[in-house]
Amino acid sequence: MSGSGARENIFATRMALTNTKLRLKGAETGHSLLARKRDALTTRFRAILKKVDEAKRKMGRVMQLASFSMAEVTYTTGDISYLVQEQAKLATFRVKAKQENVSGVLLPAFDVDRVPGSDFNLTGLGRGGQQVLRAKEVYAKAIETLVELASLQTAFTILDEVIRATNRRVNAIEHVIIPRLDNTIKYIMSELDEMDREEFFRLKKVQGKKKRDAANAAQLKAIQDELENARAAEEASAAEATESATENSVENPEQSNVEEAEESVVEESAVESAVEPTDAAGEDPFATSGDLLSTKDEDVIF
Amino acid sequence: MATQASFKDRVLIAVIGDEDSITGLLLAGIGHINEHQKKNFLVVDTKTQISTIEAAFQEFTERKDIAILLINQHIAEKIRPTVDRYQKAFPTLVEIPSKDHPYDPSKDSVLKRVQRLFGE
Repeated sequence: MSGSGARENIFATRMALTNTKLRLKGAETGHSLLARKRDALTTRFRAILKKVDEAKRKMGRVMQLASFSMAEVTYTTGDISYLVQEQAKLATFRVKAKQENVSGVLLPAFDVDRVPGSDFNLTGLGRGGQQVLRAKEVYAKAIETLVELASLQTAFTILDEVIRATNRRVNAIEHVIIPRLDNTIKYIMSELDEMDREEFFRLKKVQGKKKRDAANAAQLKAIQDELENARAAEEASAAEATESATENSVENPEQSNVEEAEESVVEESAVESAVEPTDAAGEDPFATSGDLLSTKDEDVIF
Repeated sequence: MATQASFKDRVLIAVIGDEDSITGLLLAGIGHINEHQKKNFLVVDTKTQISTIEAAFQEFTERKDIAILLINQHIAEKIRPTVDRYQKAFPTLVEIPSKDHPYDPSKDSVLKRVQRLFGE
């Protein structure tokens, strides 16, 4: 898809994409402008074509008339061609060019520019002067027609050339430049998408690797912890063993003290217990002095 | 395309034609002989060589002071390939009829183009 058709040799970046899009926009604007120019020129060209056609036909008639008046001159005056050719020195019948602007194209238009005071004053002096004058006027008119035709024809030639150039440009933009820019944009888009996918995939990979690494690390840590615990436990037990050994040696006096204390308590309680049954068995009016009595009794009994 | 300067100096009308056409046009006052004794017209009769006409055609189309070149159609017919090859805007080439040869629009180099453009 992206590889089909010609495209610009360009590096696929976002900036290039922006630039290409701008250029495409420019090309489209230019295309529409040129198309409008072409239409305007073509309209003008059609009008000029019609006028050229008319003027050509009119010129045929006018020149026929002119030839006829020339024949009259020849008939009355005789052959004046040699005389006229030799007398021609400076042109009194000239043209002046002016310009006309049609949608940016300068079209020249010729204007008749007659210098008053003509030559050939002596021509036909003997006879046929009137005919010569008439022929002059008729030819002047004919040349005016010719000049008009010439400007139309010049406009025609130039417009033809310009329209051709414009058409070439319009077609070039339409069929070469715009498709190429389109292809370039498609290419850049697909490349960027591809890069995005690659990036995404890469990130996924990185993430996966990180997860895997973390899991591995955790497992390793668990094993290490276990080992540590085991070692700690071992150490602890070892320590306990030594500790108990030392403890026994250290704690013995204390224990004996405790035992002594316990023994004393036991003795006391034994004394009490030994005393109490007599209290319970006593219950005589002489309770207050019962201890004494009981002791006495004990003494007595034993 | 012609610039402004190139056609501001072009004021003359040149002619290649038979004797009658030339006489008539000269009577109207288009004749001009410049400082080099160069005429702006060429009289063509039956004895004129085609090479002479060609040379005159070349000279008139290359001169800088000629705005319009008139040529009789029957003479243009003799150097038709050269005339048809001529595409420049300046000087403007106009084919004119002569006394003995009535105007035939179908032979005109410009009208031929016009016809072609109209698709006929």
